[in-house]
Amino acid sequence: MLVFLARRVVAGVVLIIAVSAVTFTLIYSDGERIARLILGPDADQAAVVQRAQELGLNEPLVVQFFVWFGKVLNGDLGRSLSDHRPVLETLTSRVPVTLALVGLTLLVTLIFAVVIGLYSAYKGGWVDSGLRTFGVFGFATPHFLIAIGLVVLFALNLKLLPATGYIPPTKSLGGWTLSLVLPVTALAVGTIASASQQVRGAVLDVMKQDYIRTLRSRGIPLRAVYLRHALKNASAPGLTTLGMQFVGLLGGAVVIEQVFALPGIGSLVIASALKSDIPVIMGTVLFLVVVVVVVNIVVDLAIAWANPRSRN
Amino acid sequence: MSGELGLATTPDIPTFIRQGALRRLVKMPTVWVAAIILTTVVFYSFFGAILAPFNPNVTKLDLVNIAPFQSEYLLGGDRAGRDILSRLMFATANTIGGALIAVSVAVAIGVTIGLMAGYYGRTFDAVGAWLSNLIQAVPGMIVLIAVFVVVGPSTVVSMIVVGILIAPAYFRLVRNVVISVRNELYVDAAKVSGLSDIRIMSRHIFVVVRAPIIIEMAYIAGIALVIQAALEFIGLGSPETPTWGGMLQDSFNALYISPLAILWPSLSIVLTVLAFVFLSNAVRDTLGDPRSSGGAARKATITSAVFKGSSAIGDTTAFLAVRDLSIAYPLSKDSSRTVVNKVSLEVNRGEVLGLVGESGSGKTQTAFAILGLLPPEAIVASGRIVFDGQPLLGLAEKKLNQLRGSEIAYVPQEPMSNLDPAFTVGQQFGFAMRKKLGLSKAESRVRALALLARVNINEPERVFDYYPHQLSGGMAQRVLIAIAVSCDPKLLIADEPTTALDVTVQAEVLDLLRDLQQERSMALILVTHNFGVVADICDRVAVMKDGEIVETGDTRTIMKKPEHPYTRLLLDSVLDNVPMRAPLDPAEEVSV
Repeated sequence: MLVFLARRVVAGVVLIIAVSAVTFTLIYSDGERIARLILGPDADQAAVVQRAQELGLNEPLVVQFFVWFGKVLNGDLGRSLSDHRPVLETLTSRVPVTLALVGLTLLVTLIFAVVIGLYSAYKGGWVDSGLRTFGVFGFATPHFLIAIGLVVLFALNLKLLPATGYIPPTKSLGGWTLSLVLPVTALAVGTIASASQQVRGAVLDVMKQDYIRTLRSRGIPLRAVYLRHALKNASAPGLTTLGMQFVGLLGGAVVIEQVFALPGIGSLVIASALKSDIPVIMGTVLFLVVVVVVVNIVVDLAIAWANPRSRN
Repeated sequence: MSGELGLATTPDIPTFIRQGALRRLVKMPTVWVAAIILTTVVFYSFFGAILAPFNPNVTKLDLVNIAPFQSEYLLGGDRAGRDILSRLMFATANTIGGALIAVSVAVAIGVTIGLMAGYYGRTFDAVGAWLSNLIQAVPGMIVLIAVFVVVGPSTVVSMIVVGILIAPAYFRLVRNVVISVRNELYVDAAKVSGLSDIRIMSRHIFVVVRAPIIIEMAYIAGIALVIQAALEFIGLGSPETPTWGGMLQDSFNALYISPLAILWPSLSIVLTVLAFVFLSNAVRDTLGDPRSSGGAARKATITSAVFKGSSAIGDTTAFLAVRDLSIAYPLSKDSSRTVVNKVSLEVNRGEVLGLVGESGSGKTQTAFAILGLLPPEAIVASGRIVFDGQPLLGLAEKKLNQLRGSEIAYVPQEPMSNLDPAFTVGQQFGFAMRKKLGLSKAESRVRALALLARVNINEPERVFDYYPHQLSGGMAQRVLIAIAVSCDPKLLIADEPTTALDVTVQAEVLDLLRDLQQERSMALILVTHNFGVVADICDRVAVMKDGEIVETGDTRTIMKKPEHPYTRLLLDSVLDNVPMRAPLDPAEEVSV
């Protein structure tokens, strides 16, 4: 088990370095462009070249990358080009919003996907085909359109929930919850739709296995067969999907934060992209990859719990 | 050329393109709706710029934010006073063009690498898998934003990147299909006949992966469209040309002033995406890959010909009596195949009945019918089953569950696939015993350990904590037997309990079954194809062939004087296996 964990961690670190190296190469390929971004479009060419030299932007990319990475290991992600605040500080203030949004969405997805998927597999017939058709709609409708629809419906017409904006939980827990209801719903519809189909498929696959019939031959009620045996056996493929969906959710959060004006990583990275605030973008990419790696390791551990054979 | 050899030609691939698939597809209403939407969209992507009533970038100040159907701007004006309808039409080309770029890039990269990874395996496969994992580990939206920082707003570039991000889906698909055909005989034949790898891949393998590639295209076009619109919506699209996502952003910002304007780009996006996805789903459903239907809770159909109410079968006092049991499976709407035909059986208390016949003779189906575990497709066309005075057919699931395990138990044929892989041996004992006997966790552990010892398992304490994959076949079968008898059943149905085991283990397991049967004076139905097994432990025999009982009687009589030619055949085949001849010549033995 420890070897298994160690291997996952090493693979994760390799992934983190690989992704940051690729992004770094992409973004820092033209040092003078960055110097010009800092000095503004009217700056004199000689000043730009000199500034690039001062910042070490004319060094080979490999050297620049390792300098950057060395600083990262010391907790220094550089300073923003626009507001000159340390990137780490900005990130730390933004992260909780995005993690709350994505974490809650994942939780809601998990609950609904299991309930809907199990029910769909158990019931069959028109309940099943109805849920599946709704699943296709939910999956195919882009989340930003669902978000817009929710804003129009609840915030503008029914005036039930706050349309946009974010209330920190430290200020008001109730307000925080209300401010996240619509964003989480918008983000969760699609993932629930596809994850519930995965659960349904996995449960039906398990229910076809020989051991299910043998369990039933021992007088174990069908309900327990579904809830205990089918669910645990189906959870390995289900968790794999959930892990992959998490990556998609981080991307989705970028757009959803923009719709609901949530001050998270997503709206930060869009604003920085429009301002070409390169250190902030680099820091955000690094942070997101680390989160993805950590979540994948957690998912792998959960799979190892559900499927004893994968432990070796 | 060697490629023209009859041997090396690719056979038809019946799994992917089935006869009549197109006809079934055309009949589906969703396909029609999707096709109409997509045709319209593609039409406007070519002619939108010509047909648009206004220049999409011309502003009319008096028509700023005008509502639909109020002016010459049919769908209203945006907040710069431009015609929404004209802009939608113009943007179609951008939308469809972008999706096309993404799909082409995804196919080109994914299929090429997938073909090579699947065909050559090893290094290609490892590198391909690593790259595709790498790509899938990074949120695509972030990559697209990073690219935006470097190259600025560009639909072409961002859609190329989307194509690269989606390529792993094609890589996996193609790789898996290729691996499944690589070792087919006709590919081997092509290799032997000296065809180059590239020719083999293009002639023989590409034909197979073609259909799944095309099926996925509509789906990927839908995904590309969503990503493109999302990028434009968050402000990373090109500001000069009208785009659906850009219009969405514009109208979202003007939501409080002209709430209806947001409807048109939303509808355009959602209808097109739904059309792509529904079309792709419909094609997938028609061309093979029929996804299994839900409803495992359903039970086998019991026709009205079966008289559920009868509590007893008048002319017998047998412990278990099966009368005129017929089971059929539907083949199509109005035809079915009968697998068990008018079967009658009797088993007395403490008696061992051998149910003998070759595979497919209906023995197992008869056993499942007694346990009430026929698959939901099965139709019980006629018959009655009475166990200890209680009719079993049509009995409520709850009542059946009271009997299963504690009155009637079951030992399956294939030990390894009949233990739940997710739970330990001990847990699986516990589920049965705690439910049936109301034991505590500790009590059930004591009882399980005793049973494991009884079925001759060394170190019961260790095996108790094993997962099924840690057991050998023989051990797993002993565990299954121990669980089956754990709740003191009065009737045990063992379905070919030794067939899947090593020859050396077979005799031990059979001995164990006989000992347990005698100790507990259980009735035992032993389903087997082997008369040797019957001779060993059965009191009576019923011989089955093609779903019917052809002969029944006590073992000794039947072994001595088989009446039916089929019984004789089965008996002869056993005698052939018995080592009746003299020991082998030592010289001969060496040569073997």
